[in-house]
Amino acid sequence: MSEPVILNIQGVNKRFGGLQALTDVRINIQRGQIYGLIGPNGAGKTTFFNVITGLYQPDTGTFELAGKPYSPSAPHAVAKAGIARTFQNIRLFGEMTALENVMVGRHVRTHQGVFGAIFRHKAARDEEKAIRIRAQELLDFVGIGQFAGRTSKYLSYGDQRRLEIARALATDPQLLALDEPAAGMNATEKLALRELLVKIKAEGKTVLLIEHDVKLMMGLCDRISVLEYGKLIAEGLPHEIQSNQAVIDAYLGGSH
Amino acid sequence: MALLNFDTSRDPKKAWISMALLLAVMLAFPFVAQNYGNSWVRIADLALLYIMLALGLNVVVGFAGLLDLGYIAFYALGAYMTGLLASPQFAALLESVIMLHPAFGDTLVAIMGEEIRTNGIHLSVWFIVPCAAALAGVFGAILGAPTLKLRGDYLAIVTLGFGEIIRIFMNNLNDPVNVTNGPQGINLIDSIKVFGVDLAGEQGSGAMVSIGSWQMPSVNAYYFLFLLLCIATIFITSRLQHSRLGRAWVAIREDEIAAKAMGINTRNVKLLAFSMGATFGGVAGAMFASFQGFVSPESFSLTESIAVLAMVVLGGIGHIPGVVLGGLLLAALPEVLRHVVEPVQMQLFGKVLIEAEVLRQLLYGLALVTIMLYRPAGLWPSPKHEDRPDGDSDTKGQSSGVVAA
Amino acid sequence: MDTFIQQIINGLVLGSMYALVALGYTMVYGVLNLINFAHGDVLMIGAMIGLTILSLLGAHFPEMNGWLQLGIAILGAIPGCIIVNVLIERIAYRRLRNAPRLAPLITAIGMSILLQTFAMMIWGRNPLPFPQLLPSDPIAVGGAVISITQVLLLALAALSMCALVLLVEKTKMGRAMRAVAENPRVAGLMGVDSNRVIVYTFAIGAALAAVAGVMWGANYASIQFAMGTIPGLKAFCAAVLGGIGNIYGAMIGGIVLGIIESLGAGYIGDLTGGFLGSHYQDIFAFIVLILVLTVRPSGIMGERVADRA
Repeated sequence: MSEPVILNIQGVNKRFGGLQALTDVRINIQRGQIYGLIGPNGAGKTTFFNVITGLYQPDTGTFELAGKPYSPSAPHAVAKAGIARTFQNIRLFGEMTALENVMVGRHVRTHQGVFGAIFRHKAARDEEKAIRIRAQELLDFVGIGQFAGRTSKYLSYGDQRRLEIARALATDPQLLALDEPAAGMNATEKLALRELLVKIKAEGKTVLLIEHDVKLMMGLCDRISVLEYGKLIAEGLPHEIQSNQAVIDAYLGGSH
Repeated sequence: MALLNFDTSRDPKKAWISMALLLAVMLAFPFVAQNYGNSWVRIADLALLYIMLALGLNVVVGFAGLLDLGYIAFYALGAYMTGLLASPQFAALLESVIMLHPAFGDTLVAIMGEEIRTNGIHLSVWFIVPCAAALAGVFGAILGAPTLKLRGDYLAIVTLGFGEIIRIFMNNLNDPVNVTNGPQGINLIDSIKVFGVDLAGEQGSGAMVSIGSWQMPSVNAYYFLFLLLCIATIFITSRLQHSRLGRAWVAIREDEIAAKAMGINTRNVKLLAFSMGATFGGVAGAMFASFQGFVSPESFSLTESIAVLAMVVLGGIGHIPGVVLGGLLLAALPEVLRHVVEPVQMQLFGKVLIEAEVLRQLLYGLALVTIMLYRPAGLWPSPKHEDRPDGDSDTKGQSSGVVAA
Repeated sequence: MDTFIQQIINGLVLGSMYALVALGYTMVYGVLNLINFAHGDVLMIGAMIGLTILSLLGAHFPEMNGWLQLGIAILGAIPGCIIVNVLIERIAYRRLRNAPRLAPLITAIGMSILLQTFAMMIWGRNPLPFPQLLPSDPIAVGGAVISITQVLLLALAALSMCALVLLVEKTKMGRAMRAVAENPRVAGLMGVDSNRVIVYTFAIGAALAAVAGVMWGANYASIQFAMGTIPGLKAFCAAVLGGIGNIYGAMIGGIVLGIIESLGAGYIGDLTGGFLGSHYQDIFAFIVLILVLTVRPSGIMGERVADRA
């Protein structure tokens, strides 16, 4: 289980009717990295996310997670294999408390069913207890432990983003895929998010990150890929990306 | 409803006291009502069956958020299965089978004995109830399967269609093989016999049930049985609600895509909702058949499916105490009003302006419309749905993402 | 072959009525993403109002020409149904425009029950005979028979549908309806009052249902307070079959469903070796619905539903 390459995806093509959304996109992420994906709006970043997590079916592509091929055919299978994601527009279970949201994240690693629900035998009770404890741990880890009992739709925006991350972490993923986690945050919140991501990396987790905040990305990511109009236009270390002409023209601003 | 609170996690002592109080009232009811005649307890018996149905539908609609408009089909399946296995109907079925396929028919007679030709099959309730639950559960999954990818309103219409299809089959499956006896329905269904006690009463005793040296009217006996089943239903659905499965249901209801992304196999979990919900319908149906002694397709129409939905919606979708309240109100109230309203109208106007049947329909329609417009969460919603941000246990420390600079 | 043509004719007649009602469902779904569950009961109201008018005419002007009487009944039923449908929109649906989608559906079910209850109170619970005003001698058509009433029904249906197409394609209101059906917000920005458009949509659907209701009564000679629900739901299935939100789809879906039902009921005995009979007619619509939603959810002509992002 110490395969150095966590995610190896090659040759992804995706077409929606007349629009070629992704053309031969590939990505290679090493274990323990924070890997960034940037690009102008409409470049296909979220589409790529949706493909690798099973929400969309690609036209072509090979997919390997920690050396084992996986089929991005259904989101729940992808989660089970080990990729957990957050969403660009936060998708929490609004009526549930923060704790319950994270407890749902444990679903994929637990297995009590109807029998356990009705009879609550020892194994079922132990599992419930373990789920609850782990969920609280994760809430504490991301910094909102004190809001465990709060209905999640009443949390502040920044806390909701943290909650979504905690919920994703609950699935014990090999790869954490975050879609614009800093969107809508002010400078202070972004700093806190950065600290959280560094903390997650320190735990040995691998992170794939879509973001628009270039400064944040440059300071945080180990490697970055740049998409434009569904094509990969650059890939490498942050400082390489920053000085890449094609990237500057497309995204960072022409007059540098 | 601050007097009675059943939430054991919030305030256990109050919850258990509330439950004990309610139980005491429910147990005493028949003996009090007896003074005013049998009909009140009979109304309560039927109301308890409806409450069971509402609780079962609550699993599908309330927990998992799947609007099932054909739920009564499972009630029908349980009832008709009981009709087949505990009445002379099987003899009629056998006759038609023998006419079509003599070999098959004769084999059945050889296996099960000659009397099934004349008397039909009469299995005990201990066998029938699990069978009814299982049959309903299987059909729950079968009927749910085509709906898994449909959005809410289409799902409703498709389930409605299934409910109608089942009713049409019940109404017409009497030729060439007589399974359901068509529009006439199945008669002479056995009453429930447990531990040597016949709940319909001993022969010639005027429907009085004897337990040891004690006697009580048949309707009372059924009352206690149905009360027990209701309590069991409340217990089981409550356990389902507060479990890993229950959370998965709420997750799917809240945001199916996020649920899938978190690893929930939404197909299987939805099928479980349909299945589990259906089993309660099946058991209630079996009880109904034995209680009433006959079943006919009229009892299982679209109107009935909608009635059960109205109970869930009126009471509080997803909130078990609310659903019980909704069931009680909509099942008992029309009957109560019938006893009151018609005589009152006679006195005041000399004739009945609004019949009880019309009143019943009016109540159901008004319930659905006004609740959705003015109190969509129901009369007694789950406490967490209150709009105050600190409506839950945590009141200290308002959540804030902005740290003072 | 004689039976086949007869079934086709029956199917066309039935299908025309489904088409008229399906148009109401599809137009409302197109602008509001809502199944007006009570629409089938508007058909019933149309039939009831028609019957009341005919009874009055029959009492006071018994010698009046049958065609004229029928015409007056239809013209009288139309405003009645429009009022009912517009009221339903106003009372039940307007407030729930932004509620989760199940809320208006549940309210619609409640409105359907209320409509039936009021019909029960006004016209009673029992089936009522609908007067036969047109000559009833059957006309021979290629080995089968059709009645004058049925011919009138087909003609009225065709006329109504043509009128609707003209309205939608050629008039300002029609353009506005199409705009709101496509994207209500942008239509609003262009100066279209979407509330008015929605009221018009409900009104037109009601008018069509009124025609269908009166002709239903004339064709089947008997009406009852509960007659609308199931045909209404079948008409909805027809709308989905044709492509929800698409008025050409509703017309085609209605006719096709009518023919499927008719042929199905006629031949199901042969197909199943005598196991199922024509009493199973009602299940075809739902089976068609399930098949369409499973195999080709956008229907024959394709969906046209509002982009309510």
